[in-house]
Amino acid sequence: MKITLKVWRQKNAQDNGRFETYNVADIESDMSFLEMMDVLNQQLIKDKKDPVAFDHDCREGICGMCSMVINGHPHGHVKATTTCQLHMRSFKDGDTIVVEPWRAKAFPVIKDLAVDRSAFDKVIQAGGYISVNTGSAPEANSVPVPQDMAEKAMDAAECIGCGACVAACKNSSAMLFLSAKVSHMALLPQGQPERKKRVISMMKAHDEAGFGSCTNTGACEAYCPKGISITNIARLNREFLSAALSSEQPV
Amino acid sequence: MSSEIATKTYSLSWLGHFFSSSVGRKLIMSLTGLFLCLFLAVHMSGNLQLLKSDGGRAFNEYAYFMTHFAPIKVVSYITYFLILLHAFDGVALALKNRQARPVKYAATPAGSTWASRNMALLGIIIFFFLVVHLKSFWFEYKFGAMPSVTYDGKEFKDLYSIVKEAFSQWWYVLLYLVSLVALAYHLIHGFQSAFQTLGLSHKKYTPIIQAFGWIFSIGVNLGFAIQPLYLFFIQQS
Repeated sequence: MKITLKVWRQKNAQDNGRFETYNVADIESDMSFLEMMDVLNQQLIKDKKDPVAFDHDCREGICGMCSMVINGHPHGHVKATTTCQLHMRSFKDGDTIVVEPWRAKAFPVIKDLAVDRSAFDKVIQAGGYISVNTGSAPEANSVPVPQDMAEKAMDAAECIGCGACVAACKNSSAMLFLSAKVSHMALLPQGQPERKKRVISMMKAHDEAGFGSCTNTGACEAYCPKGISITNIARLNREFLSAALSSEQPV
Repeated sequence: MSSEIATKTYSLSWLGHFFSSSVGRKLIMSLTGLFLCLFLAVHMSGNLQLLKSDGGRAFNEYAYFMTHFAPIKVVSYITYFLILLHAFDGVALALKNRQARPVKYAATPAGSTWASRNMALLGIIIFFFLVVHLKSFWFEYKFGAMPSVTYDGKEFKDLYSIVKEAFSQWWYVLLYLVSLVALAYHLIHGFQSAFQTLGLSHKKYTPIIQAFGWIFSIGVNLGFAIQPLYLFFIQQS
């Protein structure tokens, strides 16, 4: 396959950035999108040019490191797929593909297609954990969890924190991410002691990081590689409103 | 001695933090939006009296009642306030949300309905319509030199003739129809979105809310649209 790529090149956070066009030949249809980018980078290195910086790690669709908005689709146009699991057979020979980084104030570009997602870490640090003493694992049956609650909690916990929800949202809101993190603990007994404090602190960290608010468009859900549902956002709203209004936690 | 946690009280500043949080601001949009939906339903059904073939008597008597009955007057001032609150909070949210993406995409992600992405634009169209609408009827009724009619020895301002006159102009009718289409799209997303913002998402009720939202949005706007069309085509002929 031959592909024409329009790739966003940006030296650093201060640079304005621009699109560069590259022609890449010798692409196999069973290559992943990232392997195709590897081919491009080999070509650039050979030509003594600066290779394109992009994030990747496991290349198995589970780590949440890969990103890229491909032809206007975060992680590409294939549903419930990360960029590393997107294959070139999903494109046609001779296609022109526009590749951009996640675009959000809270995710500044580090270089080219790599963005700084530490805003997500700040949200997690604000309360996305349970405070327990470390030690040996407790007896599993000592805390009963109903099956349906376990399923819902696990569905939320599937979030890999890639940031596609922010990239897809017209407001660059991280509500789907935040709601997944709040939900999976609000649904389990272990999350109860810090439930109210958690949602209030994490919401504050979300807003302070510069993410927008939710317009309920559903674009995040449509592009989430793990298919996290926006019913989690409704739960987040419920959790926040009740915690902020009924508890004595400071807002 | 009591602990600090037990005795500490907060000043009112927590309310400010709450309403300026992203969900707090959306709560304002949701509650004011739902109230305005109720207002639209009342406004539309009351004005269906324009369709009566009684020379406008029922409509003029209704207009008199709506502007002179004290509880209704209180509600109408609350409505004006909530329209402004909904508009200002909406604009503030839209501006803040724009700032969250300083560099735009070359190819913009979709994955959502057009209406849901353009609520602010639709809202601005509705706001400008409201300015024209209130100037034509509300302002004239309150402060303009109105013609009057007498029913059973009592004098009434003849709002009906003003309305009929306005809707004899094709461009004025067209302005209404375009604005109603904008309102319909605004409501189709807004109605169910208001419930989602309140956290009211439920496997049993959400399908009902969504279906009702559709029927409500189309129904209310059709009810409104009939009025200028009837006056333009039937009454003028």
